[in-house]
Amino acid sequence: MAAMNRKDLGEFLAKQGILVAFAVFMIAFTMANQKFISIDNVFSVVRSSAILGIMAVGVTFVVISGNLDLSVGSMMSFSTIVVLDLHDKVGPALAIPLMFLMTLCLGAFIGFLVGYLRLNSLIVTLGMLSAIHGLTLTYSGGQNMDIADKEGTWFSVFGQGTALGIPVPILMFLAVAAFLGLVLARTPFGRKVYAVGGNGTAATFSGIRRARTVFTCYLISSGCVATAGLIQASRSLGSQNTVGQGLELEVLAAVILGGASLLGGSGTIFKTVIGVLILGFIQNGLLLMGLQFYVQFVVTWIIIILAVWLDIAAKRGKLWSSIA
Amino acid sequence: MTDPVLRLENIVKTFPGVRALDGVSFSVMPGEVHALMGENGAGKSTLMKVLGGIHQPTEGAIYIGDDRVTMAGPLEAKAKGIVFIHQELSLAEELSVAENIYLGELPRKRFGRVDWATLTERTNAILGKLNVGFDARTRVGDLSIANQQMVEIARALTVDAKAVIFDEPTASLTDAEKVVLFDVIADLKAGGVGIIYISHRMEEIFRITDRISILRDGQYQGTVNTAETDEESVTQMMIGRQLDLSRNASHHQLGEVAIEVRGLSCGKLYTDISFDIRRGEVVGFYGLVGAGRTEIAETLFGLRRPSAGQILLGGVETQIHSPDEAIAHGISLVPEDRKGQGLVLGMNCRDNMTLPQVDRLASGPFVAEGEEIKIFDKYRDQLDIRTPGWRQKVGNLSGGNQQKIVIGKWLSMHPDVLIVDEPTRGIDVGSKSEIHKLLRELAAQGYAVMVISSEMPEVLHVSDRIIAMYSGRIIRTFRSEDVTEDSLIQAISGIGPGAQATEVA
Repeated sequence: MAAMNRKDLGEFLAKQGILVAFAVFMIAFTMANQKFISIDNVFSVVRSSAILGIMAVGVTFVVISGNLDLSVGSMMSFSTIVVLDLHDKVGPALAIPLMFLMTLCLGAFIGFLVGYLRLNSLIVTLGMLSAIHGLTLTYSGGQNMDIADKEGTWFSVFGQGTALGIPVPILMFLAVAAFLGLVLARTPFGRKVYAVGGNGTAATFSGIRRARTVFTCYLISSGCVATAGLIQASRSLGSQNTVGQGLELEVLAAVILGGASLLGGSGTIFKTVIGVLILGFIQNGLLLMGLQFYVQFVVTWIIIILAVWLDIAAKRGKLWSSIA
Repeated sequence: MTDPVLRLENIVKTFPGVRALDGVSFSVMPGEVHALMGENGAGKSTLMKVLGGIHQPTEGAIYIGDDRVTMAGPLEAKAKGIVFIHQELSLAEELSVAENIYLGELPRKRFGRVDWATLTERTNAILGKLNVGFDARTRVGDLSIANQQMVEIARALTVDAKAVIFDEPTASLTDAEKVVLFDVIADLKAGGVGIIYISHRMEEIFRITDRISILRDGQYQGTVNTAETDEESVTQMMIGRQLDLSRNASHHQLGEVAIEVRGLSCGKLYTDISFDIRRGEVVGFYGLVGAGRTEIAETLFGLRRPSAGQILLGGVETQIHSPDEAIAHGISLVPEDRKGQGLVLGMNCRDNMTLPQVDRLASGPFVAEGEEIKIFDKYRDQLDIRTPGWRQKVGNLSGGNQQKIVIGKWLSMHPDVLIVDEPTRGIDVGSKSEIHKLLRELAAQGYAVMVISSEMPEVLHVSDRIIAMYSGRIIRTFRSEDVTEDSLIQAISGIGPGAQATEVA
């Protein structure tokens, strides 16, 4: 009897563990600090999660297709620096589409390597993380990038504006998530992404063009990165070369936390958004508890490990097992 | 009468949507060789996983001697004296025989050093009992498969084994090696160990076993004394009835040529292949594994490029570069490897079935899910697919139902040419004859059907014509009324008349 109960508990934890952990966190933080659950704080968490969230939505496509994208952090730095630089050179109206085009080219290049040449996505995007960083530094000459006339530009609307009392970054996050959520859940393309990630060979045998599907996922991911870079640039109107550094891990943590399997074939945009919010609240909670900002890097790592473990555990129905 | 060493009482094991084992009870006596038989999917491997502690039974009890036991894992099963000799060996090839046998329990000296002298001595003592021609220091990777199996058996002898389970142990053994294995089994038997012997080979079963227990669709069918039964009645218990594998005699009205292949070659895989298939016709491709049949199918489906030759669809020469082009030209392929190539196991039944046409099933930018459900319902009814509903993950279905999903997926494309590669591999007998019937019906409806199979009864049963292949070449084409088993076997072995690739179409 006791053994049975233990097993049930194990299965429950394996399936719902993240939500349980989240609930415990929320309750503990709220008890430690009443401010945690206040409207202001919730709003601020969502707003600061918008950049991460938009990137996570794009990476969700890549992960469901059975691949990884570790280049999104440095790609976001690239987008930010490029749009800031072009802002003063060609004006914001031209700078934004140019920046999108350049970022999409990076995504297309990765998509070509992973999709068409079938190279391992971990190696390709880990390499691109470093290569794009180098590209950004070369472009900027290592200098921080600032907009000359910070008061007189409408460019700040994406990061600082509000519409209907809601900050624009939140609206953009919601719009991107809703649009791409529909694409993933309801369109033929979305279905193909699941099929390619679930069993690429069977997808090929069903007439699905696997390479093209993977390529498109990386294109979507880089488009999301460009959007995130736009918000980042617009929010501060100036930036370091390393503004996106480390974001790739947080993005991955949010995606896995949302329940997308690193093995591909499962996950949804809605769950990723939940993952983003959980991550945001946990990081915010730690700050409110008075812990140093830098602690969150360690916490992010712990969350990734926990989420990956629970993913595997849910698959085999046990928290641990000596056989695969 | 002595007490059984191992007793299973009313074992039930359920998985989502499937009752894999349903009330299995039998017992193994000391010194008995007890055969466990059943078709693929009958529940043998699930039962073994329950015995090995990998699965827990949903209901029922396992007794070792008089003690009721629960086993949380393979190590616990071994500690309780239940030892498995698996079909696939699990040895570390780079280690020595002795290290493999005592892996995890190596004798130690002070400071954790391995006591090699004791290890070698103990191992050689066990190997002596088995009467093998290698010693403790031999590297396992240098041994033949048969000798590696002996190492597995030696491993079993290091514990006080009460029951030893052999799972298809002779699958990769030569006749001489089998004799050695049977001697070892006889020794174990003489030592009072109970043995469960799983095999499909009737000849072995009747040679070495004392009793036979039979499973069918997860249900226990009974235990018979080997001496009092024969192959026919055991087969009948396994499949529940006589299997109709008569030769196909009826021919349908033939239409125009749907596909014609002229002088097709692909590197060393196959050479100078020419044949045609008419609407209303089933053409069987028979040959040994590696004869090039699957590769031809893959070429027709755009997965391989031919190095020479032409493919004509409806009389028009056609280049097929990819599966989506093949599909657009009305060719469907039910692939050989159902789980690897046919299905996305983590996806639901409906989505799997409509996958090749998901682009066409659109309403506006979205997939028309209502249409999809209609398609699924239609083929579920037509093919009698047993599933709780379209939301069920395909991975949870039985092999036969999975195969029907793949067939439904391709029928729903309404192809001109339907290629099926090993359509009944690994599925139960009932579904098998349903699929055979279906292939005949499809031809009657005007499909041109190409069936690749390695099972002679299957080819004979479904085909209007049979193309025999050997080593990448078509050796002979038979009409179903002219073919004899002898001539077919000769053709696929590359001997006898017709080896000059005569065409008798």
